[in-house]
Amino acid sequence: MTQQSIDAQAVGAIVQRFDARPEMLVQILVAIVKEHGWVSTDVIRQLADALNLSRAEVHGVVEYYHDFRTRPPGRHIVKVCQAEACQSMGSHALVDHAHSRADDDITIEAVYCLGNCACGPAVMVDDRAYGRVDPERFDALLAAAREARS
Amino acid sequence: MSAVRIYVPRETSAVSVGADEVAVAIAREAKQRNLEVELVRNGSWGACWLEPLIEVVHESSRIAYGNVSAADVPSLFDAGLLEGGRHDKRLGPIDEIDYLIGQERWTFWRCGLVEALSLEDFLAHQGFRALQKAWDMGPEAVIAAITTSGLRGRGGAGFPTGIKWRTVADADSGQKYIACNADEGDTGTFSDRILMEGDPFGLIESMAIAGYAVGASKGYIYLRSEYPLTHSILGRALETARDAGWLGDNIRDSGFDFNIELHLGAGSYVCGEETAMLESLEGKKGIVRSKPPLPAIEGLFGRPTVVNNVVTLASVPNIINLGGERYAGMGVGRSKGTLAFQVSGNVRRGGLVEKAFGVTLRELIEDYGGGTASGRPLKAVQVGGPLGTYLPAHQLDTPLDYEAFADIGAMIGHGGIVVFDDTANMAQLARFAMEFCALESCGKCTPCRIGSTRGMEVIDRMINGDNGHENHDLLLELCDTMEGASLCAMGGMTPYPVRSVLQHFAEDFAAGPSE
Repeated sequence: MTQQSIDAQAVGAIVQRFDARPEMLVQILVAIVKEHGWVSTDVIRQLADALNLSRAEVHGVVEYYHDFRTRPPGRHIVKVCQAEACQSMGSHALVDHAHSRADDDITIEAVYCLGNCACGPAVMVDDRAYGRVDPERFDALLAAAREARS
Repeated sequence: MSAVRIYVPRETSAVSVGADEVAVAIAREAKQRNLEVELVRNGSWGACWLEPLIEVVHESSRIAYGNVSAADVPSLFDAGLLEGGRHDKRLGPIDEIDYLIGQERWTFWRCGLVEALSLEDFLAHQGFRALQKAWDMGPEAVIAAITTSGLRGRGGAGFPTGIKWRTVADADSGQKYIACNADEGDTGTFSDRILMEGDPFGLIESMAIAGYAVGASKGYIYLRSEYPLTHSILGRALETARDAGWLGDNIRDSGFDFNIELHLGAGSYVCGEETAMLESLEGKKGIVRSKPPLPAIEGLFGRPTVVNNVVTLASVPNIINLGGERYAGMGVGRSKGTLAFQVSGNVRRGGLVEKAFGVTLRELIEDYGGGTASGRPLKAVQVGGPLGTYLPAHQLDTPLDYEAFADIGAMIGHGGIVVFDDTANMAQLARFAMEFCALESCGKCTPCRIGSTRGMEVIDRMINGDNGHENHDLLLELCDTMEGASLCAMGGMTPYPVRSVLQHFAEDFAAGPSE
């Protein structure tokens, strides 16, 4: 996952993967965020040109969805569930704990349900779900992620 | 000696608590001991509290071991795992486990039973039999069977599926669509996920039946992005089905064309609302459309579209196989058939329980759920997701039935049941309902967009002991406005949890701010 600007050629390749169909804009952005972590203003401009949409249209879609970050995230993205079922199992304390562990490498994000409600509190580290997470297990997961470097 | 089959689920909950590590440990341990095992990755039986739950096939029985960790594996082998040997983690034959015995598995019967990504296993368990039967019956008879069954939308709205299919079938249009709503955004719900991860071919078959019945050649699955494992499983199942000729043009020489495209959401809760989902499928912001026109008349790209939830669709094959009357014979009143209830939160035995309508909350929470996980008294139960009412303990005997719930100002929704013990601060949960609405509102209508923020502010004042009575009345008035004037359920139902807290747990507002 790069911290710098996103390669225009790579974005072009993603657009082609979806045959430059404007109705695939959401899917194109999903792919860009998955592969590059975020959406820059350059990318918005490029997509508008490639899909024959206005920049405002593309910008609106980017701003609308929580997943479409407009800033580069850290090396690892950690989503902590803050929905009711996890709250009932003590996720408030876990959320506070998680934020105390954030740094340049680790981006902590809130998520409202990972669908792992019977094994809460639930967390997702770089697209992998973890259940029954207490602060101790949280630290172990982070340590493992840092070690793997992705 | 042939290899011993060991089932280790590849399903989000199981994997989240170590199922992959258990699978690796089993393979390694077997190799070291020169024993032959065949690892089978099934879905979940829904007993999430027992995950990782593995099964060993011994003398044609599947012996289950629960809460297995990778560290347990050597001792399991020492205890004779491959012969179903005794061990602390041994639960006995899977079909004798209490949690599963009493269930009425109409829709989820293949989940856990089969290797999720094996087309062969699917076909060996009645796979695509209903689709082929549908071809023999003809579209009219298929729709008639769905109508007879009394099946209603399991996403939450409870609209009769037969009527929806009939409307789309009767619509005069060259192109029609099946849009499967797999956005499962309701907090405290996971039945769509368990179905898709455990029986992905079942969903494919269900969508094909819907397409055949209404004359649609193309289907979409709109899957939420929070389910990456589901995405990978579903993607592989779609590819396998295409390669084997169960999707595509002229499927198995039937003359019927049907294809499915898998789309991912991007973290928006409102995109689970059917018209917002259609907007998102068209590549736009997930802004709710005004109705009419109904999606059945003007849906995706302006064409007649069946929008059905995963569980609704997945209930169809057995209705075709066993008949609509059989399905309608289960349940109570106008709530026919079964629902996959998802019991979670502060509960000892959380998981998915498929039962006929009419079961009470108490049965689900006490008999299945085993009471609170903390052992403390139960304080409240939220049924139906983030827009669902908080029910106090004295309402636990309410039967789960769409109408009975409506009568007490509650709703069943997608069947999520979240349990709270007496440490829960209900005023904070009421605030959370407004906060969630403010965060997720699509912004199209004012009551939802602005009302939710004002609601948070009013609740904050109440919690801080500022002018309690006046703010209480103001909050009720705001709830009326949101409920009556919002475009969709987001703003329209956020008042449900808020009002229920005012009604049943008003004392929590006086408790002051929590630390």
